[in-house]
Formats: sequence, C-alpha cells, structure tokens
Amino acid sequence: MPNTQPKSAYFIEERHDKPEAHTLSVLVDNEPGVLARIAGLFSGRGYNIDSLTVSETEHEKHLSRFTIVTTGTPMVIGQIKNQLERLVNVHRVVDLTVAGDPLERELALLKVAGKGEKRIEALRLAEIFRADVIDASTEHFVFELTGRTNKIEQFISIMRELGLLEVSRTGIAAIGRGAKGM
Amino acid sequence: MTLKMSGAEMVIRALADQGIEHVFGYPGGAVLPIYDELFQQDKVKHILVRQEGGAVHAAEGYARSTGKVGVVLVTSGPGATNAVTGLTDALMDSIPVVCITGQVPTHLIGNDAFQECDTVGITRPCTKHNWLVRNVDDLARVLHEAFYVARTGRPGPVVVDIPKDVQFATGTYTGPKDVRHKTYQPRLKGDAKAIAHAVDLMSHAKKPVLYTGGGVINSGPKASQLLRELVRLTGFPITSTLMGLGAFPAAGKEWLGMLGMHGTYEANLAMHDCDVMVCIGARFDDRITGRIDAFSPRSKKIHIDIDPSSINKNVKIDVPIIGDVAYVLEELIRTWKAKAATVDKTSLKSWWAQIDKWRARKCLSYKAHDDVIMPQYAIQRLYAATKDRDVYITTEVGQHQMWAAQFFRFEEPNRWMTSGGLGTMGYGLPAAIGAQMAHPKSTVIDIAGDASILMNIQEMSTAVQYRLPVKVFILNNQYMGMVRQWQQLLHGNRISESYTESLPDFVKLADAYGGIGIRCDKPADLDACIEEMLNAANDKPVIFDCRVAALANCFPMIPSGKAHHEMLLGEDVTDEEIDKAIGKEGKVLV
Repeated sequence: MPNTQPKSAYFIEERHDKPEAHTLSVLVDNEPGVLARIAGLFSGRGYNIDSLTVSETEHEKHLSRFTIVTTGTPMVIGQIKNQLERLVNVHRVVDLTVAGDPLERELALLKVAGKGEKRIEALRLAEIFRADVIDASTEHFVFELTGRTNKIEQFISIMRELGLLEVSRTGIAAIGRGAKGM
Repeated sequence: MTLKMSGAEMVIRALADQGIEHVFGYPGGAVLPIYDELFQQDKVKHILVRQEGGAVHAAEGYARSTGKVGVVLVTSGPGATNAVTGLTDALMDSIPVVCITGQVPTHLIGNDAFQECDTVGITRPCTKHNWLVRNVDDLARVLHEAFYVARTGRPGPVVVDIPKDVQFATGTYTGPKDVRHKTYQPRLKGDAKAIAHAVDLMSHAKKPVLYTGGGVINSGPKASQLLRELVRLTGFPITSTLMGLGAFPAAGKEWLGMLGMHGTYEANLAMHDCDVMVCIGARFDDRITGRIDAFSPRSKKIHIDIDPSSINKNVKIDVPIIGDVAYVLEELIRTWKAKAATVDKTSLKSWWAQIDKWRARKCLSYKAHDDVIMPQYAIQRLYAATKDRDVYITTEVGQHQMWAAQFFRFEEPNRWMTSGGLGTMGYGLPAAIGAQMAHPKSTVIDIAGDASILMNIQEMSTAVQYRLPVKVFILNNQYMGMVRQWQQLLHGNRISESYTESLPDFVKLADAYGGIGIRCDKPADLDACIEEMLNAANDKPVIFDCRVAALANCFPMIPSGKAHHEMLLGEDVTDEEIDKAIGKEGKVLV
C-alpha cells in the first residue's frame, strides 16, 4: 500500500517498499519505566507493535529481554533498531529475522464451555493440537497450548465453534537458531 | 572516596565535582533542602530566573556558548512542566543540559499530592534519559551518570527527579571518578574502511559539496579546526545548516552561505547538482532537504554522524561513517594525506565557475529604502558595528531569525545560539542571559522579533538583577512576520491573528524593568542608535526597538513541497508567483 501520510514537512514521496514483519530481541536493564520507554518510542515515532513480550531473564544482572514483532519497510525496520539502541539502558538489539528464521513460540490459554457432543469434540481436537487441560468442570475446559502463532490462531478459530469463551495469549517469545548466543 | 551526607548536600557536591559554576533555577517546596544547601556555600552560583522555561533556555545558551553542560534546578509539578519546552528544545538541538527537579516525598508519589506530577513520565520523550531517585544511596551515582549521558555521544537534556525525603536522607557520596556507565558507550572513532571509501569518492568527485551541521559545533573547537583544514586540503565548496553556522568562517572563499528553506541560491543549487555530498554532523532535516524525492538526485552521499539513528532516516546514504566529527575528520584527513589523494582539479574548476554564476544572482539582495528600515539592512548594520567585537548572538524564532542567519556573518563556532529543531519563540532572551553569564565581558545580542520577545520578556528582570548587559535587538514589524508571510503564500493573504494590535512601548518597558530603551525608525539614524546600544552602561540590559518595514518577506525561500532548484528569489517575486508558489500537496505541510 502506498503511504499517503505526510511523515515530515516535505514528505510527499510515495514509498513502494513492501512492509515486512521482523522479530527483534532487545536486552535491557530491568529498571522502572523501561517498558514505558520502549512502548513510548514505538508510539511516539509511529512504528507498529504486532506483539511484545518481556520478562527478566538474568536476575543477578537485572536484565530483561523484550521480544518485539514489528512491521515496516526495510528502512523503517533499520530505524527502529537504531532508535532502540539509542535508549540509554538498552544493552543490545538483535534483528532475529535478519539473522535467519528464528524460533518463535507463543502460549495461549483458552476457556471453552459446553455440554454433550461439542464438549467431546473440543477435547478430541485439543488432543490433536497437543493442548493440555489445566482446569475443567462438567461445563468447561481451560486449555493450555504452545506453538507457533498460526497453530494457535487455527486452534482458536476451531474452538470458536465449540463454545470458546475467552482467550489469553502471551505474545511471541523468540530465540535465534544455532550454537551462538545473541 | 566515600562520604556520608544528605541528599541535598550530594546535589551541590556533585555539581561542584563536575566543575559546574552556574545553575539556572527557581525555588519551590520540593527543592527547599537543595536551596538551603546552595545558601551555605559559594562554589556554585545560582541564577534566579523568572519562569522555569527561561531557566532551561538560559542553560542552553550557557551550554552552547561554552561547550559545557548547562544545569537547571526547579521544583516539582509546575516547575517541572514549565521546563518541558526547554527540554524538548535541547533534545531537538542536541544541547547538553542536566535538569534537577524536586519531587514530592516518595510516600506521596502517586497520591495526587500538592505540586505533584509524573515528571519522569512527562519528560521521558523529551529527554535523552531521565531518572527518579528513590534511594539516597543511588543519588550520587545517578547525578554523575546524568552528566555523563548529557555530554557524551550526541549530547542532550537529562532529568534527575529527586523526592524531598531523599534530599533530607543521609547516604554515601561517591565522586565522579567512581562512576562508569554500564551500557551507554557511544562509538567515537569511525570505521577505517568507510573512511577510506569516503576519501576515494571525494578525490574522484567532479561536483562535491560539504554539508555541515550542529554536530561539528557539538564535537568541540577541534572539529571546526579540522573542518577548515579539510576545506584547505580539498578546496570543496561548503555550506551549513542553521545550527552549524560558525564552524566554517563566513569570510572563507569556499563558503556558500546557509542552505535549506531560507538558504542561499548557490548553496541549495550546489546541493541539488552535486555528485558527491559529504554530510558532517547534520541530519537531513525537512527544512534542509525540501522535497525528499527530488533531493540531490544524482549524488553519492557520505554521512558522518555520532548517532546511528540519523543515518538513513530521511535520505538513503551510500557511505555511512558513525563516530564523533572530530575523530572522524582527523582520521579522514590522515587517510587523505597518507594516500596522497588529490582532487579532480579541472572538474572542480568548472564546478566553481558554475557556483560563481549562481552566486552572481545575488539571492540575498533586497530593495533598500530611505524612509523605512528594511530588516535585512538592520542586521547588516548590526553586523558591521559588532564584527570587531567579541560577540555572541542569540535569536528568537521567525523572520528575524532567518535574516540574522543570512546577514550576520559568523567566523567562529559557539557564537550563534538559536532554536533550530523545535523553533521555540521566547528562546533568545534567556539564552542570551545564559551566554552573558558565561562570557561577562563579551557583547551578547538577542536578535528578536516583536512577538517572540514577549514570550519570555519576564527574563528582563533576571538580566537587571544580575547586571547583565544583554542587548535585545527587536526587528519590530508588529506582525508575527513568518506567520504572516505563510498566510500570504498559502492562505490568500488572509492575515488571521498574526497582527499584534497592542504591543507594549518597548522603550518604556525596558525602563520599567530597570534597563535601557532605545528606539529607531529611520535608516539614517540606525548606525548612531546601534552605537548607543553597544556603548550603553555595562551593567544594564538594553531593549532596542528597531521599527522595520512591516510587510517585508524573507527570501530566498523553497516553498513547501518543492525541491532545491525551485526556489523563490526575493527581488523577482511577483504577487502572482507568490499565489501560485505552493501547490495543493504543499499546503498540508508545515
């Protein structure tokens, strides 16, 4: 889609580069406000956040790791990486998509209510998708499912017909392939 | 070195240890312990402004004219929010400022306490970094880190928010030497391969141009010296952004004048037609590039910048060199000499012949009058009267700012303080106060407009209190001139709310504050009046009300949505051309 929005005072150029989805790993000092800094950078500069996951990963060093999935033209993706690196308490930013086909997983919890045939069908499908039952009554199940985003999307869309009440998802956690660390 | 002291004592101690002599501020409930410590020492001098916004601009003027970090001290709530404009200004123009804000006691944070605001939340997007210090034992480290972050890499403003109970609490002080930042280590030296590539491109260039910016000034005086050496070595034409004026002397024969929206014809056409562009410490801002898809279409672009996010942000770069300007230029010159590189003399000669043709258009010319002072003429006479003095110039924002940039000539860096990125009206007077504090013996002039000056006029009171002889030179046309010019260009000359019907009598206003007022409305009297201003008492500010032609426009101009080669030149522009200058697409732009 051509970008018709003037980005700066003179920006009336139509960009024809295709937007791409990239997964970034961002290692930061786990200080108060660091999430606001990163979220604010994205909203302030008009970048997209498709998914954002964060948790402290190295407790002794107080380091947190963000996994951010974002969409933009190659020039914008480059900007996002540079802008993130510019934040004072960011240690490292790695574009996992550039490094090559990262491993990406999500966890979803689904509450499905129903009786009779639909209930049996839901359980049968959960087994096929390797979802675990983590809570149940005679009237509902809570399933736990991990996997790639498209697998989770598929499971959710099937469950919709079988009494899906609500979904909670973590967003993507990702890591690069191979023997090397980030 | 470890010492026990209160948080408030630590603040003063840290300032002293950082070599800070001047702090611009305004007291209030949440900073009283720090003001109490200020009272009991004489290492750090406090300058009491009249509004916190003025404190930040004063610190900016101080920082820009000295190369040091400017320091601000304000209270919580409104003290902090009033500082926001100045902080944003400093962020846009990369000025190192440390702003210390008081905060309500930690147990009240989040309670909507009196004069509470979420200072770190509000200032997060308008600072390079900020801290809320909840533990007194972190305070000394954070303060020294704050100075380090403000001045290192691409400089910028930082905020340290200190709750009142932390100011009273006792903790351990550590000196600046014990503090090393664990993540923020900007790269100073450029990549040798990229530099070699740049030398290669430059030595084969047929139509080169150097495009320099505020980064050269921020890199320190050595960067300006190296820039001059590079020009001597290559004979390349050189232009600069608004922020970079003075890094290369205006008297130099290679100097093309400023580029961009109100830049010279020769500078903009050289940018458009060049085959190798060397951007040094500038950021391809929209005021510079004009229409991006028609910006310098045939050139290879080399970009030297300490901030990697400036590279490829607006314009695609062929040879990026990330590093500090002084380090990179030194290495570039060394590589140039080591390779015994030479320039393409024949091509360069015909390039200069082309540039001379552009220069012959005399794009800055204007029609002089006997009965009314033209604003351009006023700046020219001001320059003529002060060029042999030790002079520092600040400006407000608008037409007068552009005329000052076009007609005042700067030979040295750090002599020109203006709000470039944010375009903050009201910047000039407090910035002049900051510059005058740093250079008490020098002549400091705020070139102002009648509208802008009223945005921070209260700082006259500061100038009087500290006996600062700043000169406020107002080009008074009774309009917000640049707004009126755009209304003429874009909106059928409908002058909507840009005329000030009841301006104060600036001479009486100066008098009321305890300063000196001078008025001039005749070209024949101008030189004598300027002399009177320059020779006025050396312990009082002066307001010079220079009545100028009301409807003069600032030319040359690249209209919105147009490219460098589509400039409007002053003398030839007819009213019809002004009507047609900006197309439908250009009208949505600013």
